[in-house]
Amino acid sequence: MAPKHIGIGILAALVLTAPCRVQAGPAIAPIDPPARSSFDPQSLAHGAQLAAIGNCNACHTAPGGKPYAGGRALTTPFGTIYGTNITPDPETGIGRWSEAAFSRAMREGLDRQGRHLYPAFPYDHFTKLSDEDVKSIYAFIMTRDPVRAETPPNALPFPFNIRALIGVWKGLFFERGIWQPDTGQSAEWNRGAYLAEGLGHCGACHTPRNALGAEKKREFFAGGEADGWHAPALNARSPSPVPWTAASLYAYLRTGVDDLHAVPAGSMVPVVHNLAAAPERDVRAIATYVAAVIGLPTPERQSQAQQLLEQTKRGEISVARVDTGTSKAPEDAAPDGAAIYAGACGICHDSGRTTSSGGALQLALSSAVALPTPRNLIYIIQQGILPTEHEPGRFMPGFDGALTSGQLAALVAYIRTDLGKAPAWQDVRAEVEKIMQEKQQ
Amino acid sequence: MITLDVNGRAHQIDADPATPLLYVLRDHLKLNGARFGCGLGQCGACTVMADGRAIFSCLTPISVLQGRPIKTVEGLGTIEDPGPMQQAFIEEQAAQCGYCIPGMMMRAQALLERNASPSRAEIRDHMTPNLCRCGTHMRILRAIERAARAMQSGTARGAGGSGR
Repeated sequence: MAPKHIGIGILAALVLTAPCRVQAGPAIAPIDPPARSSFDPQSLAHGAQLAAIGNCNACHTAPGGKPYAGGRALTTPFGTIYGTNITPDPETGIGRWSEAAFSRAMREGLDRQGRHLYPAFPYDHFTKLSDEDVKSIYAFIMTRDPVRAETPPNALPFPFNIRALIGVWKGLFFERGIWQPDTGQSAEWNRGAYLAEGLGHCGACHTPRNALGAEKKREFFAGGEADGWHAPALNARSPSPVPWTAASLYAYLRTGVDDLHAVPAGSMVPVVHNLAAAPERDVRAIATYVAAVIGLPTPERQSQAQQLLEQTKRGEISVARVDTGTSKAPEDAAPDGAAIYAGACGICHDSGRTTSSGGALQLALSSAVALPTPRNLIYIIQQGILPTEHEPGRFMPGFDGALTSGQLAALVAYIRTDLGKAPAWQDVRAEVEKIMQEKQQ
Repeated sequence: MITLDVNGRAHQIDADPATPLLYVLRDHLKLNGARFGCGLGQCGACTVMADGRAIFSCLTPISVLQGRPIKTVEGLGTIEDPGPMQQAFIEEQAAQCGYCIPGMMMRAQALLERNASPSRAEIRDHMTPNLCRCGTHMRILRAIERAARAMQSGTARGAGGSGR
């Protein structure tokens, strides 16, 4: 199609969808960056806690960059979007945004000039925030250190680079409005729901999205993805070998450590790191809400988990029982997953110690082994698990470079079938090679 | 029987395929540069190179190393004829007790073979997995920068021994 025809097509799309399209907005006048003293200290402190729950710094800070100064690449199926500079720098940040402009961005997904924002910024969640919370977050954000840093331009291929089309997306998928409590539920559940659905935007990763990138409301918390990592289901189909409870979720979210579950990896690392700074009762509330969505396990699942726990306590799911002796002829044999596990992983993962005693989780208990995709397990083996920069924390060494793609695939397959006792994943080798390729780029 | 290529020489090793390389290097081949510090991949004292990549030899079973060139500190040079990395560490007097040093050298060697003039920040980031308890970090960093310059300009004395 000639560019002229494409242009006409887009114009037609915009005109014809006008009734269900959300208009871009008017520009809001710029202000002078507000002085720190103009903000109420309590509001500021509250805003800091809210920003911790919202995990704002994770998307708005580049690796090794200054906090909130943007520049972090977010890979989406539609191309790469860069988190913007939200420090109060007047030229390259949001220093000239009034509270009204900030609030409109959070609630309606429009920037100060009135242009649509890409829904990679989860305003479909932030729209639920109370006025007081938006005010507090504004106070917090506008009192960060201003950093002069131009946000790199997004790398979105046509037609996704046409902001006006977001109006169509909003018309189809975006529901504005402050969150309403469910009177049939407890106060703690409601607090947790408000936080998880609003600021925490958990569904942004943990709910699957349709072809146009909108969350599938009917498959709420059925599992999604973030930055290539699979975000597990947090509903009745939670794959966790030992079912989550409000108590174990709280321990995980607050400290990153629960004896019967793995430590956070991938995109959950900054989430858990930030939640350590949130009020304890808020983290408890989120845990209560998510546990309620997961629901109580079926009796069958409960008894499976019980059996699994007993087996791991007795050291039955262990490579120690596998003969990795010299009986095989290694020159011609395919990579032996059991031998690789015994030599590379067993010393930590088979030690019989628990995560709270500084040991590594027995892999039969790990969600990563029970997921529909091997991706997370592959990422973890390749990259290891690293503490947040400058902070103490759990450390697992990465095996990138130590294992070839065939060896890594054999190891992953072994862990899945022999330790996870689950049906083999399809195309593990292909996934390993795809992930190794990603790293080259 | 597994054949391992260590510092350019082939060795026949009769050991359980699950045996981590570290123990084969020290007990079978008497290459004592690589150290046992933790056995858990948490300290880096065991670091050697395989296929040009730095690995924890305490966590790499020999079964995965068949046919993959392994390099240890003994392969960087000898006492009589130190290679550029070793020479740089000597010139900066970067060792105190010395326990971490072979691992540091091998991790650094892997970096310089891929990135011939890394920035200080890149060196720091790359060297993260290796711990030093005596605190000679600043000398180690200077030694790595020194080795990079020497390798770049080709002023390294000799090419280092081919090792054992």
